[in-house]
Amino acid sequence: MTSRLFSPLVLLLVLAFLIGPFAIIIAASLSAGETLAFPPQGLSLRWVFKVFEIESFRQSFGISMFLAIGGTLMALILGVPASYALSRYKVPGAETIRTIVSSPIIVPGIIVGLALLRYFVVPFNTGILFALFVAHTALILPYAVRVVSASLTNLRSDIEEAAVLLGASRMGAFFRVVLPNIRGGILAAFILGFVTSFNQVPVSLFLSGPGVRTLPIDMLAYMEITYDPSVAALSALLAFMSLGIVFLAERFLGFSRYV
Amino acid sequence: MSDAKFLSLEKLTLSYGKNVAVPEMDLDIGKGELVALLGPSGCGKTTTMRAIAGLLTPSSGSIRLDGVDITRTPANKRPVGLVFQSYALFPHLNVYENVAFGLRLMGVKGNDLDTRVKQGLKTVGLEKFTTRKPAELSGGQQQRVSLARSMVMEPKVLLLDEPLSNLDARLRLEMRTELQRVQKESGVTMIFVTHDQVEALAMADRIIVMKDGLIEQIGTPEQIYNHPVSDFVADFVGFENVFALHNGMLKTGEHEIDLHGTVPAHTRGLAWRPGTITLGSGPYRGKVRGTSFAGGTREYLLDTPLGQIKAECDASLPVHPFGGEVAFDLNVKKAAPLARFGGL
Ligand SMILES: Nc1ncnc2c1ncn2[C@@H]1O[C@H](COP(=O)(O)OP(=O)(O)OP(=O)(O)O)[C@@H](O)[C@H]1O
Ligand SMILES: [Mg+2]
Repeated sequence: MTSRLFSPLVLLLVLAFLIGPFAIIIAASLSAGETLAFPPQGLSLRWVFKVFEIESFRQSFGISMFLAIGGTLMALILGVPASYALSRYKVPGAETIRTIVSSPIIVPGIIVGLALLRYFVVPFNTGILFALFVAHTALILPYAVRVVSASLTNLRSDIEEAAVLLGASRMGAFFRVVLPNIRGGILAAFILGFVTSFNQVPVSLFLSGPGVRTLPIDMLAYMEITYDPSVAALSALLAFMSLGIVFLAERFLGFSRYV
Repeated sequence: MSDAKFLSLEKLTLSYGKNVAVPEMDLDIGKGELVALLGPSGCGKTTTMRAIAGLLTPSSGSIRLDGVDITRTPANKRPVGLVFQSYALFPHLNVYENVAFGLRLMGVKGNDLDTRVKQGLKTVGLEKFTTRKPAELSGGQQQRVSLARSMVMEPKVLLLDEPLSNLDARLRLEMRTELQRVQKESGVTMIFVTHDQVEALAMADRIIVMKDGLIEQIGTPEQIYNHPVSDFVADFVGFENVFALHNGMLKTGEHEIDLHGTVPAHTRGLAWRPGTITLGSGPYRGKVRGTSFAGGTREYLLDTPLGQIKAECDASLPVHPFGGEVAFDLNVKKAAPLARFGGL
């Protein structure tokens, strides 16, 4: 009897924890006042419009977009063939490779960022944008390999042989029958990678430099100087963007099947 | 090239790493034949099929098809079709596109393509299902699509790996006749794998019995059924009573008895079907260990000096009671003489 009452209560609490911050941020961003506060002082959309006028936000949004899209594409270009090889061929040390590839998920971002800075950016004097691009690709790669591997495991390998016996080359079989059947997994990996990269803080923190910052880093920097609700407004906008992407993905692809 | 050697394997050795699955197989298959490859699990049936299709490179030996050595021809260039046990249909393509897949790769287009795909689907009775995805078909229908997909390519040899094993009993019977019909109508040379002797006997023109990677016997269904050459084949085609023969003594394991009667020279064993063992009279005695009613006949399990024997007689005859003693005869004239026994 108690558990009947208890479980809805727990569910409510969990929901409150999940949705609460989101609701607070939305409320704060609609404030008419000058400082970030909850409950908001009056209602207005002025901070939402203000976001689009802040030059550095526009710039860092562009950079974040570039990193999220470019990094994810790169991770897929590397990750899809890697997953394919791991699932279809007897690669010596496949398990080790799998572990190495997914290690960035286990290792804290701060360490990855520091290591990249110390042993990659500094010694090779790479450009900041390039370093960020490499870092984001590396961060997304494990997700790409995981999600794509999962959909490859569900795909029987005999359909490739069937394609070959019907005249396709090995490569042709990959493009004609493997790729179309893991399309959903690839799109899922893309969305996951995109969101991961876009919300990435610790690694980007170390690698951001003068003039080249990702949006979350820029928001942190902004907040150190100015304490107005535009950051809340931007956060709300970004949350809606992520939500929109996931919603569309679920709607058209059944995204949740792959993650 | 003669028609009798349309497909021939010469000293074909197939291995996985160091393990030899099929050592030095020699085999000739005639044009237009419907051949069954029969054998227990793990005897190398799939391995042989994959080698003929080009999915497995032989470690030595050669494969010739229609006068051409295809040993080194890549799988996608061989005029060989393979129907997989799992059907291996392309899940993202509908029935029509599955069947059109190979033709499109060959460069067949437009009306020609359409005619051939529709003809292929008509052959297997699926004209109405063109827009369905494989997931929306029953097992039997998927099987037919898979068959049509290979048939439209007009292969010189069509291989089928356990084509009926995923179907339920009724569909299996239906597909048996269907496969036979398609084979006879098209005249394609067909080899199908099975470990079901009934299926092989019912469908094939010729049966190849395999054991441990080696061919144990090749023959027509009648030959295999009535004249097995070894204890292995005899056992496989339902001779329940298979005994070794040594200096006029029948043996199983520890048990042995004198054989009354003369046997052909070079006979290493004798095999009786349950129905050929006379019950109620004869020089031997056994104890009834079990009886079961099987419609027209009644089956008996006897404990005898030769070990257990399975006999069968007309159900209308009086029943030999359980635990009672019964006389029986092993008539040499009704036995199948085995030229090989226990691998010798
Ligand atoms: N990929 C493989 N790697 C290593 N050994 C294999 C492989 N495939 C098959 N074998 C071995 O080769 C032998 C023949 O196998 P095969 O699959 O040809 O048997 P089969 O007659 O088709 O059996 P079934 O009736 O169970 O399908 C077996 O001993 C098997 O263990
Ligand atoms: Mg097999």
